Amino acid sequence: MNIVVCVKHIPDPNLPPEMDGTRLKREGVQGVLDPGDEFGVEAGLQLKEQHGGEVTLVSMGPPAAREAITRGLSMGADKGILVSDDALQNADALVTARVLAAAIKRAEFDLVIAGVESTDGYTGTMPATLAEFLDVPMITFVKELENAEGNLKVDRQTADGYHVVEAPLPALITVTAGVNEPRYASFKGIMAAKKKPVDELSLADLGLSGDDVASKQTVKELSPAEERKAGEVVEDDGTAAEKIADFLAEAKVI
Amino acid sequence: MDFDISDEQRRFQGVVRSFVDDAIRPNVEAWDRSHELPMDAVRQMAELGLFGLPFPEEFGGSGSDFLTLCLAIEEIARVDSSLAITLEAAVGLGSMPVYRFGSESQRKELLPELAAGEALAAFGLTEPGGGSDAGATRTRARQDGGEWVINGSKSFITNSGTPITKFVTITAITGEVDGNKEITAIVVPNGTRGFEVGKAYRKMGWHHSDTHELAFSDCRVPLDNQLGERGQGFRNFLEILDDGRIAIAALAVGLAQGCLDESVKYVHERTAFGRPIGSFQALQFKIADMATKVELARTMYYKAAWLKEKESPYKKEAAMAKLYASEIAVDVAREAVQVHGGYGYIEEFDVCRHFRDSKILEIGEGTSEIMRILIARSLGLPEA
Repeated sequence: MNIVVCVKHIPDPNLPPEMDGTRLKREGVQGVLDPGDEFGVEAGLQLKEQHGGEVTLVSMGPPAAREAITRGLSMGADKGILVSDDALQNADALVTARVLAAAIKRAEFDLVIAGVESTDGYTGTMPATLAEFLDVPMITFVKELENAEGNLKVDRQTADGYHVVEAPLPALITVTAGVNEPRYASFKGIMAAKKKPVDELSLADLGLSGDDVASKQTVKELSPAEERKAGEVVEDDGTAAEKIADFLAEAKVI
Repeated sequence: MDFDISDEQRRFQGVVRSFVDDAIRPNVEAWDRSHELPMDAVRQMAELGLFGLPFPEEFGGSGSDFLTLCLAIEEIARVDSSLAITLEAAVGLGSMPVYRFGSESQRKELLPELAAGEALAAFGLTEPGGGSDAGATRTRARQDGGEWVINGSKSFITNSGTPITKFVTITAITGEVDGNKEITAIVVPNGTRGFEVGKAYRKMGWHHSDTHELAFSDCRVPLDNQLGERGQGFRNFLEILDDGRIAIAALAVGLAQGCLDESVKYVHERTAFGRPIGSFQALQFKIADMATKVELARTMYYKAAWLKEKESPYKKEAAMAKLYASEIAVDVAREAVQVHGGYGYIEEFDVCRHFRDSKILEIGEGTSEIMRILIARSLGLPEA
């Protein structure tokens, strides 16, 4: 079973974000494999362990994004594809999906795994768009999955429980954080990753032109979330209980 | 000149750091209170490959090097000195003598399980009347047919009584050569008749590391259990201690870094006289001194490890690294408690545990006094 996992190199979400106008600064900052993608890599590795085959990591980003692929290779994935091109600097989710689709189509794949959304951009639209370009069925919010003779059977998380869904392969699934426990890379894994192949491709290698990757969306403005207002302190002058009860009633919690 | 660790070492350091944050930090306070080695944590450390780091793959190791092991020890010690010493003693003292001095068949038989972290081994040098006078071994092993018969006792032996401890390598007097004691290293499997693991010590710090007194009375093991050449036991163990000093320096640097991190965080959060206490020079000077000491100690242990890797003499530098790192660890921990004020004296605060854990660093694997003697001798000063 050949599995493609989409991975993204993002600025370390534990550090305060640095902005470059309306764009997140991606170069010259500490980058990491999107923590959400670790669950996808782990899901891919578990399937490979059950069914054999290969796990290929695909990413689009500046040359530094290779580090995210290396991280996944250290965990045990077999090879990587990094699409890197100056023309992709302002890529929106639609462009990203088009580019990833072109890269993924070059590989033989049975299943594509992606995170539900990235931890930096949060559009959440890329996986669905990618499934469309690949012309494969998509199942979101997968929590358990098995490959039953070419048919994918998954438990799909819902608010109240889960759906059991089947789809023929090839297919695309998205996994949420927490579906599994991503393994740590061992030192051996880290050393082995150095020798695993990573294809670095440009747009030309994928047969795409600058026109194919012109973004249709632009972020015009950013504004910070409103800071939480300071709480109200109720001094007990004998009526505090009443005031708190009124407050709770107003908030419709009692 | 290049002060950088390799990309692979940096990546692995990052992996160990996340492991420590996810699996150790949330539990360390409870473990410390329990005074018991958390075997689940040991298993997770084993899965990460920590116990096999410096050994070749043919013995089940990961073929990394000594500095990588030190980096892992430092990362763990930022949060948990007990687990850091468990790792240091297991690899540096338990497995390393087998790898360095064992016969091919001993290495093949004993190492893979140790490198996988499925079993632990301990190192029994110190005796009740030993300590700095490490040569004052009284434990004896006499040959009787095909067996060694061992009598004596050992003190403060780390990892000697865990549920997965396989054996202890001890030093014993096996005879006399030219009026001097002949000391030989012998592997004694746990569970051997006549080998008794005493009750765990109650210690000032390192609460959840496993430390026992060992007693041997007519304990018999096959002659083949001899490790290394007969009569070379003491010399071999001293070599092992040179390496151990670099690893203890790494542990001390980790502890001091943990204290520094907690202090920097605290002086941002805590306000007094209407501003964060980090804005006061008195605190800034303390923190700047702490950071300087940590950086210098780290640089020194990196250098000692680097000398060892390139097979240059490193005995003096290892002693300097251990001396300096353990003394600044105690200083930095004491100052970190001061920075935290009354909260620093409360067990919920990490610096409180770090302070308790720091003192042993000036004692274990060679006291500060012994380090100074080694350094003085390396400068050609006469022996007493």
